[in-house]
Amino acid sequence: MTTPFYVSPEQLMKDRADYARKGIARGRSVVVLTYADGIVFVAENPSRALHKISEIYDCIGFAAVGKYNEFENLRVAGVRLADLRGYSFDRRDVTGRWLANAYAQTLGAIFSGPGEKPYEVEIVVAEVGSTPEEDQLYRLTYDGSVADERRYVCMGGQAEAVAGVLNARYQQGMDLVAALRLAIDGLAGQPSTEGGSGPRELNADQLEVAILDRTRPRRKFRRFTAAALAQLLEAGTLPPDQQTSLAGGSHEPPGPHPEQEQ
Amino acid sequence: MELPGCGPIAGGRLPAAFHTPGLGSFSEFLGLAAPELIRPVGEAAPLADMRHGTTIVAGVFPQGVVMAGDRRATMGNLIAQRDIEKVFHGDEFSAVGIAGTAGLAIEMVRLFQVELEHYEKLEGTMLSLDGKANKLATMIRSNLGFALQGLVVVPLFAGFDTDKTRGRIFSYDTVGGTYEVEHYASVGSGSLFAKAALKKLWRDDFSQTDAVRAAIQALYDAADDDSATGGPDVTRRIYPVVAVVTAQGYRKFSEAEVGEHVQAVLAGRMQRPGGPQAPVE
Repeated sequence: MTTPFYVSPEQLMKDRADYARKGIARGRSVVVLTYADGIVFVAENPSRALHKISEIYDCIGFAAVGKYNEFENLRVAGVRLADLRGYSFDRRDVTGRWLANAYAQTLGAIFSGPGEKPYEVEIVVAEVGSTPEEDQLYRLTYDGSVADERRYVCMGGQAEAVAGVLNARYQQGMDLVAALRLAIDGLAGQPSTEGGSGPRELNADQLEVAILDRTRPRRKFRRFTAAALAQLLEAGTLPPDQQTSLAGGSHEPPGPHPEQEQ
Repeated sequence: MELPGCGPIAGGRLPAAFHTPGLGSFSEFLGLAAPELIRPVGEAAPLADMRHGTTIVAGVFPQGVVMAGDRRATMGNLIAQRDIEKVFHGDEFSAVGIAGTAGLAIEMVRLFQVELEHYEKLEGTMLSLDGKANKLATMIRSNLGFALQGLVVVPLFAGFDTDKTRGRIFSYDTVGGTYEVEHYASVGSGSLFAKAALKKLWRDDFSQTDAVRAAIQALYDAADDDSATGGPDVTRRIYPVVAVVTAQGYRKFSEAEVGEHVQAVLAGRMQRPGGPQAPVE
């Protein structure tokens, strides 16, 4: 018969945390930062289909780094949770703080659950308010800790290096293009995976970018295609918004403003 | 933490239903996580004091599709509400109009809207227009128990098919049968008269303005002969709800825009109460 080793709780938790941290550090970084009209999410992600950034609800967005199947599972749970609450009560009752708490409980339970491996993920739940002061960024880590950030969040492999760039240049109330450039510079400053340490060239094809724009009518989330992103970065303008903005509203949405069309 | 239908959550975790992979449908998820939020097929006896929605019309024009509905809800012989809205967006590229038991129908539309958005968020792409129409059919069918007791919900669904780049209309029966309709369609108590008006008025080469005008004319004719359909209420400025769905998406007309059409229709009816005359040959 084998004698079970005694492992102190401290050691057990540390091992689990190290395991999760190592997994997260392997991935590329994601930056979420506030700008004048909302919140911008920027991820280095060459995939067009496997998203790291997504919409949860009218004013709530989600960004994640780490293991895809794990954060995708959390994203789906979040969409379900938000839609269920919005359907049972009212759309205004779905808040970022509430969703962040639900995620924190779930991540915490998975982290300390016996016989379970901790999730190798780090996520951001962001909610855009009607004014910049009401914007909220919640950063959640693998063990269920929540941090309430004011300005920006950097996650993933080179989070500290990216945060260094952002910390030096971030200003309150930047416009979208400035915020986007800063985020891209931050991500590009990471040492490339192939070695070498200088800043890399990151073009629109390698980036996944979305915003929560408080000026949009109902659904504030907008994902940029590579073409739209390229145009935004070069010309500073956005092509017209073809994405849905009102679906799933209360019984009768105001709809796009009559003057906006025709 | 407590969730509707889930009770307090054991160990702080979300229940397994939230983590079930491959479930794109919100109503299927509701069935797992909060079955009590889906209407039960119960033994309710038909009651007299339920609101009924009345007439909806829709028509296809080259750029898309128009849908309009009157504003009256009845309760037996009473007018229950003068300004009820019975035309809703489904999502960015579709519209739903409802006739029948208003309470059940509005709830059905609400679930339908969440269903479409839920799918879009989970899958990252919209359902096809046929997919949306079939989803609505399933929801009507789930109301069959109520329908057999007289609580009928009959929506009209119209949308812009982004694959085929044209407007399309789907009509339903009480058991969820889905029928695609060409040119124009109408449901509700005044649909007989509205359809007859559209038959004489509708042309496939209508501009958007003409299509909207014809829809309002048809609703006027329905209100003319059906007591449950409300005509334009000029003193209260309550006009039909008009929405168009084109390649630019769903757009509900503002009250002022509909008001202009209504004034023009009224001016014409002052001269000819029966409305525009179609040539015999």
